[in-house]
Amino acid sequence: MGDYAIEAHGLVKDFGATRALDGIDLKVPAGSIFGVLGPNGAGKTTTLRVLLGIIDPDAGERTLLGDSRPLRQARQVGYLPEERGLYPAMNPREAIAFMGALRGLPLKEGRLRASALLEAHGLGHAADRPIRTLSKGMAQTVQLLGTLVHRPRLIVLDEPFSGLDALNQGRLEALIRAQAADGVTVIFSTHVIAHAERLCERIAIIAGGQVRFEGAVEEARGRLNPRVRLGMREEHGPWRAALPADAARQDGLWRFDLPDSGVEPLLRALIASGAGIETLSIERPGLHDAFVVIAGEQAARAMDAPDTEAVP
Amino acid sequence: MRELLRAALVIARRDYVATVWSRTFLLFLIGPLLPLVAGALFGAIGSETDRSASHAAIAVIATPADGAALAAARGRLVERLGDDALPDLLILPPARDPAAQTRALLADRAKKVTAVARGGIGTPALTGPARAIGETIDGLGLIYDEARQARALAMAGAAAPPPVAIARHEVETAAGSDAASRMVTARLGQLILMMLTMILAGMLLSNLIEEKSNKVIEVLAAAVPVDAIFLGKLIAMLGMSLTGIAIWGGTAAAAVLLLVPHIGAVPAPAVGWPAFALFGVVYFVGCYLLLGALFLGIGAQASTVREVQTLSMPVTMAQLGVVAFAATVVGAPGSALAIAAMIFPWSSPYAMIARAAQSPALWPHALAIGWQAIWIAIIIRLAAARFRRSVLRSGGGGRRSRGRARNRKISAA
Repeated sequence: MGDYAIEAHGLVKDFGATRALDGIDLKVPAGSIFGVLGPNGAGKTTTLRVLLGIIDPDAGERTLLGDSRPLRQARQVGYLPEERGLYPAMNPREAIAFMGALRGLPLKEGRLRASALLEAHGLGHAADRPIRTLSKGMAQTVQLLGTLVHRPRLIVLDEPFSGLDALNQGRLEALIRAQAADGVTVIFSTHVIAHAERLCERIAIIAGGQVRFEGAVEEARGRLNPRVRLGMREEHGPWRAALPADAARQDGLWRFDLPDSGVEPLLRALIASGAGIETLSIERPGLHDAFVVIAGEQAARAMDAPDTEAVP
Repeated sequence: MRELLRAALVIARRDYVATVWSRTFLLFLIGPLLPLVAGALFGAIGSETDRSASHAAIAVIATPADGAALAAARGRLVERLGDDALPDLLILPPARDPAAQTRALLADRAKKVTAVARGGIGTPALTGPARAIGETIDGLGLIYDEARQARALAMAGAAAPPPVAIARHEVETAAGSDAASRMVTARLGQLILMMLTMILAGMLLSNLIEEKSNKVIEVLAAAVPVDAIFLGKLIAMLGMSLTGIAIWGGTAAAAVLLLVPHIGAVPAPAVGWPAFALFGVVYFVGCYLLLGALFLGIGAQASTVREVQTLSMPVTMAQLGVVAFAATVVGAPGSALAIAAMIFPWSSPYAMIARAAQSPALWPHALAIGWQAIWIAIIIRLAAARFRRSVLRSGGGGRRSRGRARNRKISAA
């Protein structure tokens, strides 16, 4: 497999006159948790489908677990699609075993593992109930377990948090961390930056079918300077000459990027003039701030919009 | 290839179990009752093409004078009673040995006579199977009476003769009688084949649409090649239908055992029952695969039941046309139309099952099965490619729709 679980270069995919992917480059390190961020319509799902071999690109190359024909590695991969899909008449045990069987796990073994997984995730009581009688959250958990039952080396989750309540989102985050701790590579798409910020070591920001950024979360944040907020008792005084040129007053506070020289010269001037410091904070920029800078205001607004996705 | 088959069988198993344990399967099992209804329809479609073949023909060995009198008498009666009420007459001059001539006529498949009349118009005798004699003797008697009356009138002063008494000489079989009864078998075979395949193809399509609406299709497409999904679905439905056939076969066998005295009424096909049953299964499989592959290809283009109905309607209508086309084989097995029906891939199974009922030759079946196999491979290949290209297209549309919904929300904000 090498250092990367997934490598893609120059992926292009058109649907009629619409260019969904416009030269996607990605490298997902093996054993990492990798987030694909972008607003709806950015090309996240198409990217994942192309990477998995569900659809072929019109141009470009991709390898999945070192194989240029991704479906040949299907037994090593678990996939949770954005549009969740289960047979309503099947029971969870059979559904999970069936998903394992699709990826080469014998049915008998699949049923045993399914029972264990359902018990471990608090769904043992529902193992034999038709899926149509389960709640959305339960059904989503069943599908997620079907993604894991064959113990894949790579897990691809498309918008895994959508439709889950806060409790189940927390459980899913824990599950992703546990998989990564076992050496499994996890790649997931999301339009909720907080999940990526909490979970990912590396991210790709996609907008308009292009990768606008790929790298470590810290690297993305590093594109912005820390912000300084300063509140003074005295509004005027000689200390103002020490303020950086980009300092702006807003809501009674001075705000500016942390200068390369740090805040020490300003602090010295403030103390010397007895201006009376009421507030002083240095804030590291969040991933959201980095996203705004990288993907643009419009993409950021789309990310912030309420989730309208349909879930089963 | 091995992995493809393994994956196809996983999908086939799931589909098979899900279908056989569903209410739909019960509908499938009572499906064969539908041919009774459809029988009336197809009887009408095929009646014109096979009218000449099924109409009983009596060979009449008669002198030229008697023959002319009988032909003229039939002509006059047809004007009053209609052609269907009277048997066709094939008037032949007597040979040196009339008994041998009678036997030869009854054995001649080409002439298709159901019985032979000889003895002149004064003392006619009808030789043939009991059933053929029973069906034709009254009509034949009318013709003879008409001829005798006409001759009496022509001879001035002669009294009107009494109704003629036709002597009956029953024999075991007649080629023409066999041909007529085998047409029933041929038509039945076509009907059963048609009903089975159309019910199955419909179920296959519903199954695919259900999967697309359940969004399961992407789970499958991410795990196995789309060709395996396609093949798995075809295999599942085939297995399901063979289960149905086994149930029907068992029921039919039980019915036969219970109704032993009536077995003789079932017309035996020309190739014999075992070969006919085998051909029935083979042609059913061929017919189903050809139509099923086509329907799956269509189903992949659609994302809603309404779209499926719109797309499949022309194919269903075309299929009815194909069956009607194949029905020409029953009436005129050697005609150019019949040969075309045997060659055209979608009508070939229907045409060949009819041929199995009517003609004992086996080699055309070997040829037809090979020909159909080639076309099955071609259609499956093409339909699978179409399926692969379009099966996930609807997902994209959904995504775009949500995108639009989101954009609207943003604009509103």
